[in-house]
Amino acid sequence: MSADSIHDADDNPAETSRRRFLSRVSIVAGSIAGVIVAIPSVAFLLGLRKVPHVWRTVGKLEDFQIGSTVKVAFLDPSPLPWSGVTARTAAWLRRESAEQFIAFSVVCTHLGCPVRWLPGANLFMCPCHGGVYYADGTVASGPPPRPLTQYPVRVQRGCVQILTSPLPITT
Amino acid sequence: MRIVKFVWNWFDEITGVSGWLIPLAKHPVPHARKSAWFYVLGSATLLVFIVQIVTGIALASAYVPSAGQAYHTLAFISSTRFGSIVRGIHSFGASAMVILIGIHAIRVYLFGAYKYPRQMGWLTGVALLFLVLGMAFTGQLLRWDQTGFWSVVIAAEQAGRTPLIGNWLGHFILAGDTAGGATLSRFFALHVFFIPALIFFFIGFHLYLVIRNGISEPPTIGRPVDPKTYRAWYQELLHRDGVPFWPDAAWRDAVFGLLVIGAIVALAVVVGPPVLGKPPDPSIIEASPRPEWYFLWYYAVLSVIPRWSENYVIILGPAILIVVLVLLPLVAPKGERSPFKRPWTFGLVAFIVFMIAYYGTVGHVAPWSPRMDAPPLPDEVVGVTQGPIAAGARVFHDKGCEYCHKIAGYGGIRGPDLSYAGDRMTAEQMETRIFSGAPNMPSYNGNITQQQLSDLLAFLSSRRRRPPPAAPGNADVK
Repeated sequence: MSADSIHDADDNPAETSRRRFLSRVSIVAGSIAGVIVAIPSVAFLLGLRKVPHVWRTVGKLEDFQIGSTVKVAFLDPSPLPWSGVTARTAAWLRRESAEQFIAFSVVCTHLGCPVRWLPGANLFMCPCHGGVYYADGTVASGPPPRPLTQYPVRVQRGCVQILTSPLPITT
Repeated sequence: MRIVKFVWNWFDEITGVSGWLIPLAKHPVPHARKSAWFYVLGSATLLVFIVQIVTGIALASAYVPSAGQAYHTLAFISSTRFGSIVRGIHSFGASAMVILIGIHAIRVYLFGAYKYPRQMGWLTGVALLFLVLGMAFTGQLLRWDQTGFWSVVIAAEQAGRTPLIGNWLGHFILAGDTAGGATLSRFFALHVFFIPALIFFFIGFHLYLVIRNGISEPPTIGRPVDPKTYRAWYQELLHRDGVPFWPDAAWRDAVFGLLVIGAIVALAVVVGPPVLGKPPDPSIIEASPRPEWYFLWYYAVLSVIPRWSENYVIILGPAILIVVLVLLPLVAPKGERSPFKRPWTFGLVAFIVFMIAYYGTVGHVAPWSPRMDAPPLPDEVVGVTQGPIAAGARVFHDKGCEYCHKIAGYGGIRGPDLSYAGDRMTAEQMETRIFSGAPNMPSYNGNITQQQLSDLLAFLSSRRRRPPPAAPGNADVK
């Protein structure tokens, strides 16, 4: 091949066609290489960690007084070994009657700040925008668009258990 | 000396570095004269970015991006003398980047420097602006104290308002069902690899465009940009009146850069890094997350808009901002550049600066946030220590009234100040309001005993500028 064959190519249909083919081979090869790397990488990133729903014991039945709302903490259903304190979750637990409990997520349905229980006022209040909920979790005032999210609760062999759930996101 | 020269010649001969570096450094730029100091903002942003890289690498050498340990590693870094300074530099550097890139964008807008042929310079700059804000947000979060943790939850809740994919997007931000071990690593990767990679790319492209199209000349009234003739005219301008970038223009970049970096380091040494809050334990409920100052205005805007518009503003607000910034150079690529011929530019810039300053201040005060740490009213405010008024003052605190209503300087400002409630309302009016509630006040119907109510009304009615006119038979009451 002579040194100036680059310039000859324009006049040489066979050479032009060969180079068009080689260009396409290069682009296709590069694209395939990119895709086979991107697929597992993106799929891994998009794959969200699902956690099983597990009943977590938060205390003994006799620890809770009827009519009072208290904070309980429990562990994430499957904490990662490096989660540390972030594996903990809090809930507001209210004993309605001898056997009946309600558990509320602490996450405000407005923008997610942790709501606090005001025992003297019988209200939940959010420190961020002043959303207020009644003791039953319904909205009393302020910006929250919906009642506090509830966790399922049950009493099993004298223990109060909360079913762990994903962090509630208001859509 | 001869060895150095020999090595350099050898290096230069096989690399050809001086062949492109020297012309690059000495490329002609317009003689900006009295506008010259306006041209230091972009380079200062770049210099502070380099400061962020250096301090960021230093911090990353000790930071452990693990949800359970990050907080402790930051506490460790802060406990060392130079670690504390480096954290301070990185934090003040973040603020400086936000300020500088903002002023740089305003300068380019006022000078009309986004017009032909520099539209892509503006667009890459817009990308960099949002990437810098992304760095600011993710960086504040990596502090991974209580505020950092709840910032993720709040970000997820905001993303949740997106139509259709909101729930998925919210959990995507959390990296799963709950905020925990997987969440922080994701934000670390964003802050340290992903966003910086994009910033490197866009800075490279941005600088390439500056070299290719030339830095804009200061605008002159009556000399509009005409794409047909601009390039030839600009080349002629450089030829006639240009100065070499190095050192005629670069010295100002260096001096201003030193001032900025000196200020950042001085603040880091004197003021120190931001204080670490409580640990990121979601079961510690006593948290009042607040954004950093550069997002306070947005926080305030979201808090003061009508409630029905919230979903639209959370999603459409930033989207519209991006669209406007992107469209600007596309719809106005030519014509007058001088701001004096585009007087609305001053108005718009003043409006934006005022909005950010005003709503930033509002966001700092956060009048909508109840003051949940308000102490019970002291005796000297209540005026008595026994009887219904004193009991009512306790009810005022215990029922949470005080968190939103101020009395004599104590309490929140979400609701009206009740220091002189007795002058404004009768006991019946107060009772009606306490029972009925309001959009931002809960109803206490069924949530307050008759005794508590009568004490509370006695207390509120006693809040007066002047004592009530003495009734006959009450003459001994002062």
